[in-house]
Amino acid sequence: MLRGPRLKLILLGAIALVLSSCSLGVQDGVLDSFDAQGPIAADLAWLFWLVFWIAAAVFVLVQGGLAFTLFRFRSKNDDDGVEPKQTEGNPVLEVVWTVIPVVILAAIAVPTVERVFRYTECAPDSMNVDVIGHQWWFEYYYPDHDVWTANELVIPAGQEICLTMTSDDVIHNFWAPKLNGKRYLIPGEDTTLLLETYDLDEGAESEEFWVHCAEFCGLSHARMRARVIAVSDDGFDQWIAGQKEPSVAASGGLEGDGLQLFADKGCNACHLIRGVNDDSGGNEVLIGPELTHFASRNAFAGGTLELANAGDLAKWLSDPPTWKPGSFMPNLDLTETEIEALEAYLRSLK
Amino acid sequence: MATTAIPPQEETPSAPTTIFRRPASTEGFWGWVTTTDHKKIGIMYGYSAFFFFLLGGIEALLIRVQLAVPDNTFLSAAEYNAAFTMHATIMVFLFVMPMAAAFFNYLLPLMIGARDVAFPRMNAVSYWIFLFGAIFASSSFLFGTSGAPVGGYLPDGAEWASRLGSMPNGGWFGYAPNSLEAFSTGTAMDYWAVGLQVIGIASLISSINFIVTILNLRAKGMKLLRMPVFVWMTFVVAFLLLFSLPIIAVALFMVTFDRQFGTVFFDATGGGDPVLWQHLFWLFGHPEVYILVLPSMGLVSEVLPTFSRKPLFGYAAVVFAGAAIAFLGFGVWAHHMYASGISTVAQAAFGLATMTIAVPTGIKIFNWMGTMWGGKIRFKTPMLFAIGFVSLFVIGGLSGVTHSIVPSNWQQTDTYYIVGHFHYVLFGGAVFGLFAGLYYYFPMLTGKMYNERLGKLHFWLMFLGMNLTFGPMHWLGLQGMPRRTWVWFEEQGLAFWNAVVTVGAFVIAASALVFMINWMLSKRRGVDAGFDPWDARTLEWMLPLPVPEYNYAKLPTVTALDEFWHRKYTEDEDGRAVRRDDYDEIVAQLEHEGRNPEEEIELPSPSYFPFLVGFGIMFVAYGVVYLSAGFGIWLMLLGAVIALGSFVGWSVEPLEEHHGGHDGHAEAADHEEIEDADAEEVEA
Repeated sequence: MLRGPRLKLILLGAIALVLSSCSLGVQDGVLDSFDAQGPIAADLAWLFWLVFWIAAAVFVLVQGGLAFTLFRFRSKNDDDGVEPKQTEGNPVLEVVWTVIPVVILAAIAVPTVERVFRYTECAPDSMNVDVIGHQWWFEYYYPDHDVWTANELVIPAGQEICLTMTSDDVIHNFWAPKLNGKRYLIPGEDTTLLLETYDLDEGAESEEFWVHCAEFCGLSHARMRARVIAVSDDGFDQWIAGQKEPSVAASGGLEGDGLQLFADKGCNACHLIRGVNDDSGGNEVLIGPELTHFASRNAFAGGTLELANAGDLAKWLSDPPTWKPGSFMPNLDLTETEIEALEAYLRSLK
Repeated sequence: MATTAIPPQEETPSAPTTIFRRPASTEGFWGWVTTTDHKKIGIMYGYSAFFFFLLGGIEALLIRVQLAVPDNTFLSAAEYNAAFTMHATIMVFLFVMPMAAAFFNYLLPLMIGARDVAFPRMNAVSYWIFLFGAIFASSSFLFGTSGAPVGGYLPDGAEWASRLGSMPNGGWFGYAPNSLEAFSTGTAMDYWAVGLQVIGIASLISSINFIVTILNLRAKGMKLLRMPVFVWMTFVVAFLLLFSLPIIAVALFMVTFDRQFGTVFFDATGGGDPVLWQHLFWLFGHPEVYILVLPSMGLVSEVLPTFSRKPLFGYAAVVFAGAAIAFLGFGVWAHHMYASGISTVAQAAFGLATMTIAVPTGIKIFNWMGTMWGGKIRFKTPMLFAIGFVSLFVIGGLSGVTHSIVPSNWQQTDTYYIVGHFHYVLFGGAVFGLFAGLYYYFPMLTGKMYNERLGKLHFWLMFLGMNLTFGPMHWLGLQGMPRRTWVWFEEQGLAFWNAVVTVGAFVIAASALVFMINWMLSKRRGVDAGFDPWDARTLEWMLPLPVPEYNYAKLPTVTALDEFWHRKYTEDEDGRAVRRDDYDEIVAQLEHEGRNPEEEIELPSPSYFPFLVGFGIMFVAYGVVYLSAGFGIWLMLLGAVIALGSFVGWSVEPLEEHHGGHDGHAEAADHEEIEDADAEEVEA
């Protein structure tokens, strides 16, 4: 079956497949862990590639050895009665192929353990943000500034940020692949994750990195994403200042109708807009994301929809459970005019 | 006592020794239901497992159709989550484990030169509990319910209510608290937890049975280090089951208690610990990986020597490497949890422990290659699958090493990189090994030969399909494809490879179809396999094909590893094998003796009770699920009466029925030899 030319064909095919995979695979995805955008992710990628190339060398040697063995010792004549030597083993070889892997593993164990210790605990002086997982969105609290927000995590670029994470319901997993690996958010427990971006490019105001929940967290796990927005230090201070402001007052007209609907439709039972329903108990009690500065963010609905996309907000308001099955936001049977008014009001909440 | 091919004598009623009259016939439908013959039980395990392979495969195809393009609407979220949950649950617990059990059952007594396992009725009860547990778990398709988490809303519309979406949907790993009642509403996850509990009982019983069998029923001269490697791997797997199943049993009890009785073992709001579930699950779950793959390593260790026409290279090393893998397998569970916030030291320690597993695995791979080196390799289908196993397992092993690099694992975990890795281990490894075994032992099972062309077509299609499906998953994962998401989105930039993976899945499906056609055609119209079709090395091939009910007419005496080979071959001064001059006589004599037992052979009699025990336990399981509905308690009582009553009946029923005249003896089985049989003894 595995005669010479055919074997070569298969090998060539395999090589072609691997090569094409390398080129076609790189497609600049928003969650591409190879496209590291910070020192931690870059270091993890470096370690991965180191081990990858060692593994690739072992792969080539072993599969090559296997292919050679199969070719060299294929039966050329089943019936000639010539049988092979009945070798039962070789103690020296056993030692050799026990020791060599041990040596290789010991070598890669060193940088591994070193990085485990480097990246599991935060430096005491790093800026802290609390992350709370919900079905199916991420909430953030900046304890130094008493600021709540959701979906978009705004951080200063180029410095180590320490995320202290927990969950309000099931286990979630915060994964910003271009910045670091994953860490669970576990109810009743705190976990920590470091994030660090490179400095912003010259002239850039901010840079955006995508986040996906990576632990299966129920029905709408696929619709639980988020963004990390890296800004300059000044930009961060401005952003904090803006977030601390109460909400912009509705200016009447459509926006005023929207504000009215926010109360009439019961939105205020789950969402806080400071300056509007401050008596509701605040974010510790309310189950939905704070909307005080909703329009200062682009991504919403668990980071799966964007204000920048014209139809997204209306689509969400008209029927949340279809977009996010199991959602705690019901379909409120809003009319088109009601949606229009709510959208106008929400978009005014800069 | 069971009969062989001789039809039972006319049934003179005799006083029942137990609750029922003993089943009289070993033929037909009731012959299968009441059988205690390890071979028939093995065959039933095999067909049941293959049925579930098809079910799990259909779910895999549904998954891949859904993921072929971004934002697909082919499946709803509930359906997709149920599909991936049940795909894994079925493939692990209802396909690979029972298929391995099929081989254990069928081969173990043959390979150690015994007439049956140590506890034949316990063996039957294992099968029936497994089957009824599997039926129970699958019946969530008919009766299960699932919904939004408490307080959440489902979309309107009828398609939501599809039966598929009502199957268990919390993942095969059932992470708490998502698997608890507040987040997995409805009965679906109860079916999952209770179903696995029941199936676990079956495996636990058979593990004890196999251990006792191996320790006590080996033929004369079969020292432990003369046992075929497959027997060794069975032995190791039995211990893995024995030690790991109680852990998952406890964990499943805890989750069932949380769901049914309001305990808070895993509920943080009540002071419980969700991470405890992960520790318990993986403390079972990692040894489980070796439970799945070691049987195939055993099969491959039988196939490679036969078709290389050399003994297994480094027999002792392979055996001890298998045991070492099993031993280390208990010390690496937390490598499934590097992202769970376990302590720094724990992460480093589990990373190092995980690396060590590569060493015994490497030893096995190199010894298999050493077996082929210098051989005279015949590329028959079983051999192709065995080589495929070695080649693909190398890939799975190497990607496994990359997981032990803890910081890399933080990126890899919960992505398709992991999915790719473990399918190389479990599909390229376990499943390829099982197919190697199915082809290798097809002649023993049927007395016929499978079709070699179709077999090779099956191999190449499956090899191609498997690499197309699981290869690209590696880079899909690292380029941003998390697991268990029912949709993915354009911006991930993964369109091309997701499409390729879906195509690959259908190539695998096509290859499975070729296998089924081959199996069915060859079973009916295959060429007669003759005696010893592979010129094999081990004891079980000394039997005439298909194997008579009593296995060995005369229990063999073993003088060497690869006993059969040494009876047929000697070595010249260079160590090359040379056929003995009296090869033909030896073979002819073995065949003749095998078909013509000299004396009456007592075999375990058939019994209704194992079947009834399984049947009763199924009702207990339903009862647990519907406890809160009120009628559950009655189902439990009904099931308990059936199961316990059957145990009582069983305990007063002798293993071998001595003769009320309604049942024959094992006797000269072969049709052409039947007249040679001692007629008086048949009458006795």
